[in-house]
Amino acid sequence: MLCDICAKAQATVHLTEIIDDKMTELHLCEECAQKKGAQMESHFGLADLLAGLADLGGQFATTKKETKIKCVRCGLTYEDFKKVGRLGCGECYTAFKEGLLPLLKRIHGSTQHYGKSPKKLAKLPKVLKSPKAAKEKKEGLQELKDRLQQAIQKEEFEEAAKLRDMIREMEKKNKK
Amino acid sequence: MNLEDLLRDKGEWLRSTGPHADIVMSSRIRLARNLAKYPFSHWASKKEQQEILAMVKDAIGSSKKMKTALCLDIGKLDSIDRQFLVERHLMSKEHSMDSESKGLCISDREVISIMINEEDHLRMQVMRSGFDLKDAWHIIDTLDDEVSNLLLYAYSPDFGYLTACPTNAGTGIRASVMLHLPSLVMTKQIGKVLQAITKLSLTARGLYGEGTEASGNFFQISNQVSLGHREEDIMDNIERIIKQIIDHEQSAREVLLSQNRAVLEDRIFRAYGTLRSAHIITSSETIDLLSLVRLGVDLNLIKSVDRALINELFIITQPAHLQKIEKKRLNPNERDIKRADIVRNKLVQNHD
Repeated sequence: MLCDICAKAQATVHLTEIIDDKMTELHLCEECAQKKGAQMESHFGLADLLAGLADLGGQFATTKKETKIKCVRCGLTYEDFKKVGRLGCGECYTAFKEGLLPLLKRIHGSTQHYGKSPKKLAKLPKVLKSPKAAKEKKEGLQELKDRLQQAIQKEEFEEAAKLRDMIREMEKKNKK
Repeated sequence: MNLEDLLRDKGEWLRSTGPHADIVMSSRIRLARNLAKYPFSHWASKKEQQEILAMVKDAIGSSKKMKTALCLDIGKLDSIDRQFLVERHLMSKEHSMDSESKGLCISDREVISIMINEEDHLRMQVMRSGFDLKDAWHIIDTLDDEVSNLLLYAYSPDFGYLTACPTNAGTGIRASVMLHLPSLVMTKQIGKVLQAITKLSLTARGLYGEGTEASGNFFQISNQVSLGHREEDIMDNIERIIKQIIDHEQSAREVLLSQNRAVLEDRIFRAYGTLRSAHIITSSETIDLLSLVRLGVDLNLIKSVDRALINELFIITQPAHLQKIEKKRLNPNERDIKRADIVRNKLVQNHD
């Protein structure tokens, strides 16, 4: 549907107005709606989201190589995600974490879930079993994080996934 | 139970009971859930989609709450039946299109409906009449617990329930309240209200959800944020704001009554008269006029009509409903005649 005023852009704002006892419907594009003082500029639609996604990846998605980052589990690339606005599987949240964090922050104002959790949970892999690794945990954490960055840049995703799990486990233990 | 039973019975949420049923048509909560072992629906292969459909259907069938549910393969329905389910708010428009490997399970009295292989593997919704999110939450929370014992959900401690679109991650919850706000529209305050709610991380949509226009002065207001807050807090936030909107609508109604009574009555009774007399009427005119008559009933200006009947008319005058009632395909002109027929009969019959 095209905008009722300019008849050029897609109408994304829909208004029902009553003028002199007559109800009229107006379909406006964002720009004309703003001009009309329709006060709907922050109307949130899928189009806005998708347009927003393109620049929300920030530094993460700036180079060609980086947009090729792929989820090892389902094969979706970050570029696919930017195009369709949908992730491929639950593992994508880990694979594209760098790009998703700022996006989630912007959408939800938060990157940490609070609330209910499922009754039945998948078992997390136990990476840190050896006592030696546990001993080295403090100095090891930063090193692991650096190695993770390198692995992501080199697109060594299996390695990255392992490192990620180790970091997560370590951080959990440190908290205790 | 089959589709014809749905046509005969009124959905629970149309009964016009529950708190603030004069201004709040219905309260709805939906949860988005995915199976841990499969790609999200759009990214899954045909075979995987079929497996997901079968697994979820199985789990739903063995849950206590959905034991007697009506489960449908969307692909096996004709276009009128699909449209019919959309008009009843039992599934999204998106779910009715490209219908392969998609399912829908509907509980008794249409309280619960579960879309399978929509954007997420499971989209569970509970609908209640009036302003009653807490009751809706109670029902869906129990159902979710039950299903999560049967299926392994995609979940991470960081991002909560993992959803195909990051806008739904975390709790996966969307709580929405359908408000009828004719007085705020008439007094031109609605723009301000809608602007204010978007600043409070809520969003307003039309009668049929995302991308639909506001018709009949109905506005569906829902939370936009699903990550970072507990379900109860998300609902508290929306409840608090909805209460204020209800107050605004109520005072706008009082202002109209005290300052513009003659004009208001004229518009309401002209609408009522048209609906009782018309022989050809379009869907959009019907919705606009019904909105005014509903206001007349709320303000006790029209005493002989039950609000539940008006609610029902909003639904059964939609294109697919008319065709289901007539049991045949009707072109738009035939529908306009049939629609006027039904409205006239129901309103005149109802009159003492």
